[in-house]
Amino acid sequence: MKSFDAIVVGGGMLGGAVAYGLVRAGLRCALVDEGDVAFRAARGNFGLVWVQSKGDGCPDYAAWTRRSSDDWPDFAEELRDRTGVDVGHSRRGGFDLSFTPEELEKRADLMKRLHNQAGGAFRFEMLDNRQLRDALPGLGPEVVGGSFCPLDGHANSLYLLRALHAAFQGLGGAYYPGSAVTKLAARNGAFEVQTALHTLSAGRVVLAAGLANRELAPQLGMDMPVFPLRGQIMVTERVRPFLEYPTAHVRQTTEGGLLLGDSKEDVGFDDGTTAPVMKEIAGRATRAFPFLKEAKVVRAWGALRVMTPDGFPIYARSEVHPGAFAIACHSGVTLAAVHAGPMADCLAGGRLPDAVAVLGPERFHAA
Amino acid sequence: MLRRIVKGGMAAVPSVTFTFEGQAVTVPAGTTVAAALLQEGVSAFRDTAVGNRPRGPYCMMGVCFDCLVEIDGRANRQACLTVARDGMTVRRQRGAALLDPGAEGGE
Repeated sequence: MKSFDAIVVGGGMLGGAVAYGLVRAGLRCALVDEGDVAFRAARGNFGLVWVQSKGDGCPDYAAWTRRSSDDWPDFAEELRDRTGVDVGHSRRGGFDLSFTPEELEKRADLMKRLHNQAGGAFRFEMLDNRQLRDALPGLGPEVVGGSFCPLDGHANSLYLLRALHAAFQGLGGAYYPGSAVTKLAARNGAFEVQTALHTLSAGRVVLAAGLANRELAPQLGMDMPVFPLRGQIMVTERVRPFLEYPTAHVRQTTEGGLLLGDSKEDVGFDDGTTAPVMKEIAGRATRAFPFLKEAKVVRAWGALRVMTPDGFPIYARSEVHPGAFAIACHSGVTLAAVHAGPMADCLAGGRLPDAVAVLGPERFHAA
Repeated sequence: MLRRIVKGGMAAVPSVTFTFEGQAVTVPAGTTVAAALLQEGVSAFRDTAVGNRPRGPYCMMGVCFDCLVEIDGRANRQACLTVARDGMTVRRQRGAALLDPGAEGGE
C-alpha cells in the first residue's frame, strides 16, 4: 500500500487546483481521478472568471470570489511559468446584457445589493444600449442595457485543467488516472482510498469528486447535498478577434472561437444536447450580436455542472474523522486561484480557511 | 500523391471544373473538394487561425476542421463535406474568418 501526506479524490477543476496547491505547499500528494468517463463539470465550464452576480445574500462567498478574481492574474502567470501553458486569462471587466426594461431593473437591483453588502468593494456600472455599444461592437438594438463589472474576466477552462495537471505532476505529484474510488475507510487516524487497481493511504484526504461527492462524503461522516445541473454550450468557427470583453452568454476565446451559452436544466444525469435549448442559446446570442448569424457553429455539447441547494460552494471538514475534507462548487474556474492558494494552504495545515467558515454543509441543517 | 481508384465505367461519369487559387481543377462529378485537391497534389488547404501554419485534411469525415477552404467568398467551408460543382471558386483559407460587426446579419 502506497502512502502519502494527502490524497485528493477527483482530478477535475477543484481537485486539480487543490492537489496542485498541496504539492506546492510541500506535501507528498496523490490525485486519484476517474478519468475521461467522469462527468467532469470542467468540460461544461463557460470559462468566465466572474464576480458580478456571485454571492447575493452571502457576503463571505462574494468576498471569496473577489479574492480569487484578484489573485487570478498572478495565478495564470505562475501556471504559465511552471508549465508553459497559457490559460488565456484576461481581466478587463465583463458585461451582462438585458433584453427588457424589467430584466434590466432586476439586474440593477442585484448589482446594488452586491455593492451594498460588500461595503463598496464590489464596483459596477449600469449602461444603456448606446453606452454598451462603445465597448461591444455590433451590439443589437434589442439589448436594452446591461451591467458592467471591472473585476470580471475570462480564461480557457480546458487549458486551465491541463495546466493544473501539468503543474501538479511537474512538482512530483502522483497522478492515478482511470481510478474510480470503490471504498473509503478511516483506520487508526489514517485514510485508505481503494480503487480497482490500488489501495492508497494518507493522513489527510480531500474529496473533490464533483457529483460523486454525494455518495463518497458520507463514508467519512460528511454531508454533500450536490446535484447535477446540465449546461449546453456551442462554439463557432474561429473568427478574427472583435469582442474585447466577455459577456455572460457570449465570449470570444483567444483563438477566435465564440462560446455561446449557457443553459441551466435539471435533467438528472443526462449530459446530452437538445435542439430546443441550442435554438434558445443561439437566439439569445444573435439578438445580442445580430452579425453572429453569419458565424458557423462547429460544435455543441452538454455537461453536468455541480449545483448546491443555495448555489454557494460547500466546504466540509469531517467532525468524526479529523483530516477528511470534502469540497464542491459551481464556479470551478472563477475559484481556481483561491482553491490552489489559500484553500490548499489551509488544507495542508489540516484546516479550512476562516474566510469560508460559513460555507459548511451545516447551513442546510439549521432549524 | 493520391490517385482515384478507377472502377469500370468511371470514364462515363461527367466531369466538373472549379478553380483553386485561380488554377482550373477538373474532376469526376460527385468528387468532394478535398478529394479533388488531394488528387491535384495540394496538401496545404489553409493557414491556421492563430499561428498561420499550413494545414490539410486529416479525418476526411467532417470532424477535424483541418480542411477548411474559402468557397465562393464564404470562409471556413469544410472541403471534405463539400461536393465540387462547376464554376466554384475555391481559395485557401488564410487565418481566421472576418465577421463584420457592422453587418446586421442574414434574414
